[in-house]
Amino acid sequence: MSVVTAQGLALRFGARTLFEGLSFELEPGELLAVLGPNGTGKTSLVRILLGLLEPSAGSVAIEGCPPRQRCHRIGYIPQQRIFDRDLTLRGRDLVRLGIDGHRWGFGRLDPAGAARIDAALAEVGATRYSDAPIGVLSGGEQQRLRVAQALVADPVLILADEPLLSLDLAHQRGVVELLDGRRRRAGTPVVFVTHDVNPILHSVDRVLYLAPEHWAIGLPDEVMTSETLSGLYGTDVDVLRVRGRIVVVGTPDDQHVHHVYEEH
Amino acid sequence: MFTQLLAQHFVHTALWAGAVVAVVSGVIGVFVVARGMSFAVHAISELGFTGGAGALFLGLDPVLGMFAGSLVVGLALGLLSLRGRERDSAIGAVLAFGLGIGVLFITLYQGYATTATSLLFGSIVSVSGAQLRDLAIVAGIVLAGVAVLYRPLLFSSVDPEIAASRGVPLRALSVGIFLLLALTTAEALQVVGVLLVLTLVITPAAAAQRLTGRPGRAIVLAVAIALVSTEGGILLSLEKSWPTSFFISAISFAAYVAARLVDWRRNRRPSEPLQLEPATADVSR
Repeated sequence: MSVVTAQGLALRFGARTLFEGLSFELEPGELLAVLGPNGTGKTSLVRILLGLLEPSAGSVAIEGCPPRQRCHRIGYIPQQRIFDRDLTLRGRDLVRLGIDGHRWGFGRLDPAGAARIDAALAEVGATRYSDAPIGVLSGGEQQRLRVAQALVADPVLILADEPLLSLDLAHQRGVVELLDGRRRRAGTPVVFVTHDVNPILHSVDRVLYLAPEHWAIGLPDEVMTSETLSGLYGTDVDVLRVRGRIVVVGTPDDQHVHHVYEEH
Repeated sequence: MFTQLLAQHFVHTALWAGAVVAVVSGVIGVFVVARGMSFAVHAISELGFTGGAGALFLGLDPVLGMFAGSLVVGLALGLLSLRGRERDSAIGAVLAFGLGIGVLFITLYQGYATTATSLLFGSIVSVSGAQLRDLAIVAGIVLAGVAVLYRPLLFSSVDPEIAASRGVPLRALSVGIFLLLALTTAEALQVVGVLLVLTLVITPAAAAQRLTGRPGRAIVLAVAIALVSTEGGILLSLEKSWPTSFFISAISFAAYVAARLVDWRRNRRPSEPLQLEPATADVSR
């Protein structure tokens, strides 16, 4: 049975259509990469799956239940925002919020909960620095703790929105391995939003490519081709394979990637 | 002289009032600092002053006016739930106008000038038994509110996006914390006055933040620093007849400087393992 079923999703802001007729299913253990230039609705799609945004048309079900009803836990790793140096919170506290942060009152952590926190910290290799104030940790260490927070509640689905942004290569690999390991062991499907497919190329099962107004979904070898992307963009786009990496040349935003970033 | 004063009833009342206000200020301050709401505290206190001045002008109890002014502004800021620079500029604009109205009220007010100045500088030694009781009731409301909101408040302060995805109602929480802050500010106004509310709400929490990485411990430390500041300030002002507000702000600022020094020394110490390990350690497994 599919974990995620999306049917005929459309998203419009005023006269602008980000995508429409978007349908896909996500099977247990599957890793779906959501690719595409900025402003095509990658993050909005994540917000729809989280129940934070209503699609303009279509519907989503997570294990048969609309996201807004929050029947199931979703592990969410948002775009990296470095924690303030002053924040009075330890890594352990951050992970705990993933268990009971949404409940009212102070709450007491039972021994089972404490054990789950320890296990999640160990799973991401963050035990050593879990008692330090989170603001003094490096970006990579903070991101590992966010992964632990997403995993601790035993989610049915993991949504990661540009989780590798501003990480060095070693930490990028570390985070990819954590999510990859999780979906292989526990069968938790992962939606992985990224502007660069290369760091996860070896783990990706399918790719959803969101171009302005058009989209394509399929195996990486089907979607990441010159034909498919040229069709999506309506202009000549070359997809090159260089030393096991995929390089896309000729997309309209090609020259202005950094500029586009600053606007968001 | 000092011991004689200490035996006075009004001194006891002042000490109790100071303690009540210190506890709520310390508790709420930790969340205010974590959410970057320091400027909002300033705005709420100044408009609390406007409310107090308006009440004086109308011949009402200024304390009621302070609560009314603080709550109106707190509610407005909470409902708007603005972020970052937009919030700062909106607060600045409203604050300036509100203060202007306050000045007008004070000028039009025909009563004793001391009543007006006590709005600005606080008047802890003139707190009556009935006022103390009211302070305690409001403090109870604030503490109960924080207890109920504690975890979602912490969650949404740390990471609003993730909290929202888990069903935490961000806007309702924003209104909640602003209302609790408004009540706290109106309390602190009576002790230290408009000009020094920050010294009880912000300074102790900012100092505590430097000393611990644990949210619960930060609250305890902030309350302790606020308590030492108010009680110490009241006692010192008995000994030497300088304003209580001065002593309170001096002690809390000293605690803040000390906390920064402690934090600085701790980070400098080479035995701190976190600073030494390369950022890429243990990821290649």
